[in-house]
Amino acid sequence: MNPVLKLMLDGEALSTAQMAEVLRMDLAQVEKELAALKAQGVLLGWRPVLNPDYLSENQVFAVIEVKISPEREGGFDRMATRIAKFEQVRSCYLMSGAYDLMVIVSAHNLREIAAFVFERLATLHGVVSTATHFMLRAYKEQGYLLAREHAPADKPAVSA
Amino acid sequence: MSDSSSQRFVANHVATLPRSGIRDFFAVVAQMPEAISLGIGEPDFVTPWHIREAAIYALEQGKTHYTDNRGLLALRRAIAEYVGKHFRLAYRPEDEILTTVGVSEALDIALRALVNPGDKVMYHEPCYVSYSPSVTLVHGQAIPVPTTARDQFALDPDALAKAWQPGCKVLVLNFPTNPTGGVADRPRLEKIAKFAQEKDLVVLSDEIYAELTFEGEHVSIASLPGMRERTVFLHGMSKAFAMTGFRLGYACGPAPLIEAMMKVHQYCMMCAPILSQVAATEALKHGWDDVLRMREKYHQRRDYIVARFNELGLPCHSPRGAFYAFPSVQNFGLPSMEFATRLLKENQVAVVPGTAFGPGGAGFVRASFSTGYDQIIQACDRIGKFLDTLAKEKGIHREGAKATKGEK
Repeated sequence: MNPVLKLMLDGEALSTAQMAEVLRMDLAQVEKELAALKAQGVLLGWRPVLNPDYLSENQVFAVIEVKISPEREGGFDRMATRIAKFEQVRSCYLMSGAYDLMVIVSAHNLREIAAFVFERLATLHGVVSTATHFMLRAYKEQGYLLAREHAPADKPAVSA
Repeated sequence: MSDSSSQRFVANHVATLPRSGIRDFFAVVAQMPEAISLGIGEPDFVTPWHIREAAIYALEQGKTHYTDNRGLLALRRAIAEYVGKHFRLAYRPEDEILTTVGVSEALDIALRALVNPGDKVMYHEPCYVSYSPSVTLVHGQAIPVPTTARDQFALDPDALAKAWQPGCKVLVLNFPTNPTGGVADRPRLEKIAKFAQEKDLVVLSDEIYAELTFEGEHVSIASLPGMRERTVFLHGMSKAFAMTGFRLGYACGPAPLIEAMMKVHQYCMMCAPILSQVAATEALKHGWDDVLRMREKYHQRRDYIVARFNELGLPCHSPRGAFYAFPSVQNFGLPSMEFATRLLKENQVAVVPGTAFGPGGAGFVRASFSTGYDQIIQACDRIGKFLDTLAKEKGIHREGAKATKGEK
């Protein structure tokens, strides 16, 4: 695996300068690697992982289970892409099991999400049904525990 | 009567035992919350959750009792399987494996079981802080064998032969070595094994850092021909599985030796804590991926810190195992204790003076890379500043030393 990518996935939140430092590379080289990863479509973007509690004052999240009827040509892909393109949609996955698409949406409030479901999603030709679940509380976000574990204060700073 | 008068009750061999150099240093560091510590001798990772969860479940089930002195049979079976797979060692769970409270206990009871007063115990040095005191506590005589930076602190069989004297009975080995990261490859171990057989030594092989070997395969001396009958293999959960606080170790060896250790263990310790035993069973059965993940991290950090130390003008070999760099500070003309003390006071980085690990550690410091990158980078930057100060003070030209990066 690309060492720059590997370091990012480790999740230590290093700056590009720090990455260059620990990889014993030039900063320019790290930036070149990142540009290449973007160009290859491996690295889609660069966003911080935020605590959803911090966002919750003006954002609500919902998971919507969507059943769709596949089309003769294009299967689920065309529908899924169409849905994914709405700006409210943060993630969209084709699922096995009781429904077809898992759509994760965010909006400023509950009403906005309701409006999105009724006005946009449910009215799409090919959407058979939707079931909307609102997120109440987050415990882990993209691999980061919200209740962080700290080394106890009495862990010895020097030990044999 | 003052408190000090109570001192007269303390046994002579304990009263004269030196305090651990680490403890003295710890007292200073404890006063400095802003210091970055590279002095930590344990993993910075928290025990993987599935292992902790197993301990919690055991507690919920009411597993709060003593166990068989030797440890739970399920654990001994897991140990047998684990050492078979990873060390190519075959031991019977019934009478060749004993679980202990950390390797520290295993080493202590092994010495108590094997050493008659006056018997001589050889070990390579610099070494873990407890070896010499443990020998003293069993009224044995410690015979340190020096290892050198030139040799990457691997034990030189010739040095071993040179240090030998009549009355030597036990040889303690620790590869990879704390504090030097020294390892012994197969050809070297074969020579050591041959020597042990010639001199009829019993070997205590403390392999607590074995899984954290970054290059080459780790070979246990117990797996070499003719060594099984004279070796007690000592291992535990602390380092590879990040389970220091669980205090769980184990000893594997021929039944008569394990039985002798068992006798000591049953009277002094009874058994290792049951929750730790359950957690260890889970770790040995399902924790290998965690070990690999953590090892990879140590490996990356090692490469960084060694490169940085060398660039800064602190000659440092690349340790092939464990999580300590052991750079030489001799170019800066300060004894290692003074170097470490001044570095801590002037630039707030804690490293452990090499002399804490025996006189052979003079001129070196131990810097643990069992901490996150941000801390390691900052610590290296600070060390760079400290070296600038020393160089100016002593008029040393730091040829080739890369300028410090400055803290981010």
